[in-house]
Amino acid sequence: MEHYYQPEIECASREQIRAWQDERLVKQVQNVWDHVPYYRKKMEEKGVTPADIQSTADLHKLPFLTKEDLREAYPYGLLARPLEDCVRIQSTSGTTGRRVVAFYTQHDLDLWEECCARAIMAAGGTKNDVCHVCYGYGLFTGGPGLNGGSHKVGCLTLPMSSGNTERQIQFMCDLGSTILCCTPSYAAYLAESILERGLQDKIKLKAGIFGAEAWTEEMRRDIEEKLGIKAYDIYGLTEISGPGVSFECSAQTGMHINEDHFIAEIINPQTGEVLPDGEKGELVFTSITKEAFPLLRYRTRDICVLTREKCSCGRTHVKMSKPMGRSDDMLIVKGVNVFPSQIETVLMNNGYPANYQILVDRVNNSDTIEVQVEMTPEMFSDSISQITAKERELVSDLKAMLGIYAQVKLVAPKTITRSEGTAVRVIDKRNLYKN
Amino acid sequence: MTVKQISVFLENKPGKLAAFTKILSENGINMRALSLAETSDFGILRLIVDDTYKTSTLLKDEGFVFSITKVLAVAIPDKPGSLNAAIEVLGNAQINIEYMYAVTTHAKGLAYMIFRVADNAAAIDAFTKNGIKVICQDEFE
Repeated sequence: MEHYYQPEIECASREQIRAWQDERLVKQVQNVWDHVPYYRKKMEEKGVTPADIQSTADLHKLPFLTKEDLREAYPYGLLARPLEDCVRIQSTSGTTGRRVVAFYTQHDLDLWEECCARAIMAAGGTKNDVCHVCYGYGLFTGGPGLNGGSHKVGCLTLPMSSGNTERQIQFMCDLGSTILCCTPSYAAYLAESILERGLQDKIKLKAGIFGAEAWTEEMRRDIEEKLGIKAYDIYGLTEISGPGVSFECSAQTGMHINEDHFIAEIINPQTGEVLPDGEKGELVFTSITKEAFPLLRYRTRDICVLTREKCSCGRTHVKMSKPMGRSDDMLIVKGVNVFPSQIETVLMNNGYPANYQILVDRVNNSDTIEVQVEMTPEMFSDSISQITAKERELVSDLKAMLGIYAQVKLVAPKTITRSEGTAVRVIDKRNLYKN
Repeated sequence: MTVKQISVFLENKPGKLAAFTKILSENGINMRALSLAETSDFGILRLIVDDTYKTSTLLKDEGFVFSITKVLAVAIPDKPGSLNAAIEVLGNAQINIEYMYAVTTHAKGLAYMIFRVADNAAAIDAFTKNGIKVICQDEFE
């Protein structure tokens, strides 16, 4: 039997959803115009006023927001409420160079947690479940989002946070966790660890809600088989709220976007032109209910497809495919956003040449990142200890910049391919985006 | 009183060392001393050759990363205890050895040792005061 958190919303007619969107969009545009000078200026530059936005049909007239805008407006430039009305800040994972902060009022938190509650119930969660959350807690939205959603559903919530696999497994066995929330790579690692210890009969898991990084259907089947569960995808981004912007249902054929809160569009990333349903392009979100940090037409850089076909689960909200790639060069490694430009900055600051290559792989279901740098006469020494000391310094600076460990490999000069035109900086061997 | 050592960066991969020694062989360069230090990713080949200038020109042309370092070469008697005595001289003078290696020699009854230390002048002084013979570049040419 399909469970819903808010059936009257999740299964509302398309007309009703459209009516909510029209009404909320008009209000939100006026709100942003009145309270966010940064965006108002963008609208003025495009010659658009709130009067031009009468319904969702007019959405395409509004200017886009990008991650660059968020950086430029950091920290308060896109805030629509006074700070005294805000109760929470969350931030994007580990990307010092491009950190983005988002603000929430209590109302924003409630709506975000409701979105997560919908995801948990779509995965079969009820108040009888023990919800084991091992997404990171803190600035990262994963832990707090699912934690809040689990409370809303009424699950017994285990705020495990990430790491300490021994303890994760012990609690899972002792306290009978039934729903697991974490990154898919950590789920795969947990599954391996449980099998190694021969504890598969001791766990009571029935479902998993896995997000914050790309994963393949093969990985889904592998996790489902090893843990004896059904694995559900969940999608979100800090800029828009966090996990729960969209989530998978029992059909497991795409993620329902919570359209009563977020209007989704697919655009051509080169021209910005809106594409019809079914066409592949960049996903753009407009938050129509957010109070503190309402982003209009925010470009996610995720490439995917929208479908509005009737879903077997009974939900009527539009479905998005798993992201099929990125329209920029961002990599997601261990759930953390990594831009090659950040790595380049660290290399230059440490006196290394800008000729480098980034190798991303997945070994035993865990992401690895290796930065290959060519040795130069300036960096070279006859002493191994001097070279490795510089290498360690580089590793530590990369860790500070990226938030994750990146291995450094020194290679001989002129061994990194110099391509004509755009350099091939990144080799991603994970094949996460299969179309 | 010092000797020029060429240190070359090599990737720790099959065939890389052979590619390097081939260049020396094709150009008639004779190695007098050789030592290899390695990590899992790369190695440093340290060598003393009969023609340092010619070798460095070749390496530059071939695009190798290398450096030239002044090291000390000493001659010690080819018998038990003599290396220990030489090292004790440096220890007593508070001179740290970064690395060292042995060299084959045709000089009868002698062994050559190469020392890389932080302070060459102090080490030369300590060796000569203790009667240990420091060898010059021309002995390798």
